[in-house]
Parts: sequence; structure tokens; C-alpha cells
Amino acid sequence: MSLRQIELEVLRYDPEQDDEPRFQKYSVPCQEEWVVLDALNYVKDNLDGSLSYRWSCHMAVCGSCGMMIDGEPTLSCKAFLRDYGSKIRVEPLANFPIERDLVVVLDDFMSKLKRVKPYLIPKQHKPIADGEYRQTPRQLKLYKQYTLCINCTLCYAACPQFALIPDFIGPAALALAHRYNLDSRDGGRAERQEEVASHEGIWECSFVGACSEVCPKSVDPAGAIQQMKIASTVDWYLERLMPWRNK
Amino acid sequence: MAKSNKPIVWGLFAAGGTVSAFVLPALIFVTGLAVPLGIFGDDALSHERIYPFVSHWFVSLVLFGVIVLSIWHAAHRIRITLHDFGMRGDGMIGTVAYFAAGMFTLGTFFALSGM
Ligand code: SF4
Repeated sequence: MSLRQIELEVLRYDPEQDDEPRFQKYSVPCQEEWVVLDALNYVKDNLDGSLSYRWSCHMAVCGSCGMMIDGEPTLSCKAFLRDYGSKIRVEPLANFPIERDLVVVLDDFMSKLKRVKPYLIPKQHKPIADGEYRQTPRQLKLYKQYTLCINCTLCYAACPQFALIPDFIGPAALALAHRYNLDSRDGGRAERQEEVASHEGIWECSFVGACSEVCPKSVDPAGAIQQMKIASTVDWYLERLMPWRNK
Repeated sequence: MAKSNKPIVWGLFAAGGTVSAFVLPALIFVTGLAVPLGIFGDDALSHERIYPFVSHWFVSLVLFGVIVLSIWHAAHRIRITLHDFGMRGDGMIGTVAYFAAGMFTLGTFFALSGM
């Protein structure tokens, strides 16, 4: 195992004390196979216990360690030092208010997530005695990709539309709405459309595609949004051309 | 929250994107390269040969579809691109772009129906 000296340039900010964010440099002796999160943990344990950041699983499952690494929204547990130079700049996720240091405020995202009702709304309720809701592998395949989202919000940090229009519901929440819309057991699409097909929903997306590029789980939220645009456009015409269909 | 009326322009944009991706390259190749280079013979696009073909109602209809959808695609694309470049005044830009597309649509209609 070889050691490598890495210079971390970390954004520090405590809204209660600091007027504005500043950068602090740490020189960290790193193992070759470390990820950026390991280097941050080294700083926290050995150099500066006051540094704040979120993390939990260290294996790209919990979705909490997202940050800007050299300007790119990245999970710091997936950012191998060998892929970076000897100077690495670490900042909190873009487009979110800073809670402290690398921790961002996620309240806005959480409330958007709630609005799109990301849970099964069964078509008809059936008593437990009637057994489980069955689904074929083909029906599962239709939406499985969209279940992989870990709510890391990297896609929001990458989205230039979200940066311009903070009210935009955004990639992950919309992709999750799509996930439930596509589920054969679900009957909640009409309810979700109230949010999804609004101006702040899919129609703020201009299909830049940055969300899908940075997504660590290959969810492809941009693809989900385009599919919803097509479906909502068909809805729009049907609602007007065949008004008797509207219940 | 009210549903958006964006589907009107987006529907045209999406259809136009498909048409311009599949049909325009072929048309550009035929009319812009192959014919001038004489690949299809000297008088491939001569007035006498092409007029009866284009003035058939079905061909006119197809041409109308291809031209108009491509134009609406372009209008919406320009609006989005300017927005992505950080230009403000999206409503104004949209109005100008769609007005131009509307004018082109009318022009295409009269040009084709006058044949
Ligand atoms: S869609 Fe991808 S990038 Fe966005 S929150 Fe989910 S996992 Fe993260």
C-alpha cells in the first residue's frame, strides 16, 4: 500500500458565525485505494474535528455523502483518489442552501418529494385475505430502474434548470413519480399528474440531461421526464378532443 | 396546481424533432448534394419533372408536415437554447419564436396550396 499526500481544499461555512463561505486546506496522507470520503474522515479524526459532512454507508447505497468534487456532483464514497490529481476541491452540493460546511439543507427537496406522492396508491383496495398483488417480471422490468434512486440529490446539483428556477420539482422527484405511475399495481397517476404536468413539473425541464449523467445509480431521470412529457402531451390532446373521457 | 398548456408547443417540438432527425438529412442529401452532383442525372429536379409530383395533394400534405413540424421544432429549440444560455425574458422570446413559426406555417400553406 502506497501513501499519497493529497491537498484537500474544503469549503467551510457556519451560517451562525461566518459572513460567507471560505476554503480551508488540509494536507492528508492518503492510501492509494482511498475515496474522497476516506480523506474527509481522516481530516475529521486527525486534523479538524469541527468539519461537518454527511455520510453513512460508504458503499453508494445511503445517498447521503453527495458533494461537489472538483466541481462535479459526486458521491464522495465513489470518488476514488486515483482518479483525481493531488489537489482536490470539495464543496457542498450546488443549488442547495448550506446548513454547515458540506451539509446542505434538504427541506425543499423533501417537500417536493412528498408532493408527487411517491408511494403505491392501489387501483382497488383488496382485503389481505385475498392475497398479494401479483406482478409479472415484465411488469417489474418496466419501472425497476426508477426504483434504484437513493435520493442523493446529485441530479439537483447538476441541473441548470433547477439552478435557474428553484420551484422546479426536479429530476429525482419526477423520476420517482414515474416509477409509481408505471407500476401495474398503482392507480395514482391522475393524482400525481396535478403536480407532474404542472409548469413546475416536467415542463420546466429543457432536457439538458446533466441529471442522468451524474446519477450514480443510472436511474436516468431525464429519460423518465421525457417519457412523462409524451404521456402528458397525449393526455392534453385527449382531454380536449375527447372531453367525454374525462371523469 | 394547474396543468400546463406546454403540450401544444412541446407536441409540435417533439414531432418536429423526430421528423427533422429522420427526414431532413435524407432531403438535404438528395437536394443539396446528390442532385447538384448529378448523381440522379442532369434533370432530376427539373421543374417539368418535379412539379406534377409535388403538386399531388398527398405529396403536398407530406411536404407541409415535414416543413411545418421542422419549423416548430426549430422555434421551440431556439427558445430553450436561449434560455439555457441564460437569456432572460423567456415569455418574450417564446412569443417571437412561435409567431415566426406561425408565419412560416401560413407561408408554407399558401405556397403549397397555390400549386
Ligand atoms: S435520480 Fe440518481 S442522482 Fe438523482 S437522487 Fe436519485 S440516485 Fe441520486
